[in-house]
Amino acid sequence: MLADLLIAALLLLGGGFVLIGSWGLVRLRSTMERLHGPTKATTLGLGALLVASVVFFQAKLGTWTAHELLISLFLFITAPISANMIAKVHMHRLRTGAVSEPASIAGPPPRPANGSDWATFEAPHSGTPTSTANS
Amino acid sequence: MTRLLPHPALSAMLLVVWVLMANEVTPGGILLGSLFALALPKFTQPFWPDRPRVRFGRAFAAYCAIVLYDIVVANFQVAWLILFRRNRDLRARWLIVPIDLTTPESVTVLAGTISLTPGTVSSDVSADGRHLLVHALDVADEAAEVARIKARYEARLLRIFA
Repeated sequence: MLADLLIAALLLLGGGFVLIGSWGLVRLRSTMERLHGPTKATTLGLGALLVASVVFFQAKLGTWTAHELLISLFLFITAPISANMIAKVHMHRLRTGAVSEPASIAGPPPRPANGSDWATFEAPHSGTPTSTANS
Repeated sequence: MTRLLPHPALSAMLLVVWVLMANEVTPGGILLGSLFALALPKFTQPFWPDRPRVRFGRAFAAYCAIVLYDIVVANFQVAWLILFRRNRDLRARWLIVPIDLTTPESVTVLAGTISLTPGTVSSDVSADGRHLLVHALDVADEAAEVARIKARYEARLLRIFA
């Protein structure tokens, strides 16, 4: 009974956060703002759903599962990378003028202060953390 | 030792992930996992020529706890913004975060942390590796937000990747 309540509460919390993340995707106007909804509000949403799954298997079937831990690990590794890729493509399309959408609130991205450019537009300098062609 | 195990932390993680994937601890699973833990870092060595020095100590555990806590808190903040803040009142800004970290691994962890904590997405790194471009959904004070990222995450990473 207690386990049922806990599972139901976690499922509702998780579903609510995933729904809010998707609502952000619909509601916010430009790509960069939209990125925040699905990549963020869903991390906790998915986390709650996975904890609900752990509680279900423990309370109903009496077994521990570690798969939920692995799912969250893989999610934590891949989510920032996909967000980064979308942001880089967006920056590139903004500069080449290939994108037409409502102006974002933040405006176009600024350039770094020291005269160089972002790695999307300029090859990373050798001997720096961004360069993979070392030694 | 270094020839056989070029990346001990990576090997340990592969073994743990393999055993968790099987969801039970059996001698066969550990044997197969160890085999992968030895072979994969060796075959993929060209991808990571340097071995980052990571201190898996108290600072590392504290960092994980802080990031998890921030993810939970900030999730509620972003959910609130999405539900109740009108578009024209949203103070979305680009932030340029100067970074003092010098290894690719530590910069990657910082960028990943910024993306995982809601409200900020790291979008790009400068070609000289000294600045991160971060998009924030709602900031009142840009300098304060940059200082918060540097003090809360980067200062700790500097100690972990020392």
